[in-house]
Amino acid sequence: MELLLGRFRNLTVLVIAIFAQLALLAYQIKSNQEVRLIRVWAVSAVTPMARLLEGTRSGLSHFFGDYFMLRNVREERNRLKSELDKVKMENQYLRTEVNTADRAKTLAIFQRSTQSTTLAAHVIGNTTGSSGKVVFVDRGSLSKVEKGMAVITPEGIVGKVISVYPTASQVMLITDPAFAAGVVSEKHHVHGTLKGSGHSYALIDYVQNEMPVDQGEWFYTSGDDRIFPKGLPVGVADVIRAGVQRKEIDVTPSGLQNGLEDVLIVLNGIHSQIPEAPPQEEGVHLLSAPPADPSDSADSTPAHSGPAGTDADRLVEHYRNLGASQKHTYGDRGSPAPNYNLNADETQRKPAGAEPKSPGSPPPHP
Amino acid sequence: MSVLPAGLPDITRKTRVARFHWWTILAVPLAAILFQVYVPRFLTYLSYLELPLLVTVYFSLMYRSPVAGVLVGSGIGLAQDSLSNLPLGMFGIVKTLVGYFVASVSQRLEVNNTPVRFFLALVFFLFHRVFYWVLSEALLGEHFDLDLPQTAVLAILNALVAVPLYRLLDKLKIVE
Repeated sequence: MELLLGRFRNLTVLVIAIFAQLALLAYQIKSNQEVRLIRVWAVSAVTPMARLLEGTRSGLSHFFGDYFMLRNVREERNRLKSELDKVKMENQYLRTEVNTADRAKTLAIFQRSTQSTTLAAHVIGNTTGSSGKVVFVDRGSLSKVEKGMAVITPEGIVGKVISVYPTASQVMLITDPAFAAGVVSEKHHVHGTLKGSGHSYALIDYVQNEMPVDQGEWFYTSGDDRIFPKGLPVGVADVIRAGVQRKEIDVTPSGLQNGLEDVLIVLNGIHSQIPEAPPQEEGVHLLSAPPADPSDSADSTPAHSGPAGTDADRLVEHYRNLGASQKHTYGDRGSPAPNYNLNADETQRKPAGAEPKSPGSPPPHP
Repeated sequence: MSVLPAGLPDITRKTRVARFHWWTILAVPLAAILFQVYVPRFLTYLSYLELPLLVTVYFSLMYRSPVAGVLVGSGIGLAQDSLSNLPLGMFGIVKTLVGYFVASVSQRLEVNNTPVRFFLALVFFLFHRVFYWVLSEALLGEHFDLDLPQTAVLAILNALVAVPLYRLLDKLKIVE
């Protein structure tokens, strides 16, 4: 023992440290439990600082933004020429602010409109793992967040909560290699499993080669995983390849396309139907439909408004007039076919009740 | 065996051990970990900067004691593990080994020499990456791509950052 503590002291300490950590690792893997206390300490120590940093950053950003804006207003009076660059800076700043405000507004509108109960959260940091795609959000068990809850944005799903601490939670993004969720395609209702790739895109697995999936087809959550409510947008199938047994489908996640700052944690998810049409682009302002023209009457609205365009259109219009003038209903097998050789104007001039004259019919008796 | 006359202390630069305030030893690794957690949110390319590793190498170099290296490495590694989604001990084991080896090497090298610092940061970044990959594959069965050309470029970049960073940290040493 003395030899170990004396001559091989350094090596002994190293071996003890390594074995202690190996035992810790083995215990966690075998029992599949987290050693929560040390994690709680570390996260509780770091996240308040991350919050403080974030608060300081946004405070400074606002302060300097206001400062630059004020300075620009003053200089506008005196030196219009040198103002140009500063106005550009101001523009850039304001654009960022408007984007942020738009995002917050979209989130609030979505939160009100969705049937699921959600909680808004702010992303405050990344985790330290080199291969994982995991972030910290500023809501934890004090805000009733639980492990396994879905995290979404109005544009699509973002990830799921994998650890919960009092004031923060860890969210595994859908691009993390360990992520998986059930999805279904919009058009052909093909079921598959969404997996992270470790890069900016995600993969859809377990889709047989025979299953039809179109490029550009939207995928939605299927609700099979019991984490994500059914019907939330996932992303668009960008690349589709036939594999050995199953298709290889790359998906661009719609929820991560506009950066990741504000998210919604689904506290109580409610399944909805898979939409028939792909989700509309958010942030595009559309006017309401124009009012009806009073000169247009409902019954005079043909399939074609205005003059007939092609020869086929004119022919269809001609036959329709002929049918109408001879009181014939197209598709009614009980009535005889109209006389197509008559002129529609002539038929209309004939007295009511007069039979149309067909070329093969006998002349009327005197 | 020392060649100095009996009674005279060995004050050659190679055997000089740096001393730091206690708050430095706590604040610097914490700042490095905070940097890794917070800054890449805004500057994504900075996620490749392994500041906790560079700090581990620095303190192990300066203390020149394998035991201190083991303690510094395991402390920083476990703190890093606590903020990741992986089981505790992955970064801990790798950084413990880094701390031990750096401290062992530092007993034979001039640690204030810039090329030596650059070389050590580069070599131990590569060691850290490769050993972490081996551990992930062997212990957790997790597969992630170890892109060797990219790892080599990142090692050079991290070593380039290490040189001015270590100069900066030198200013926090207690001057005797």
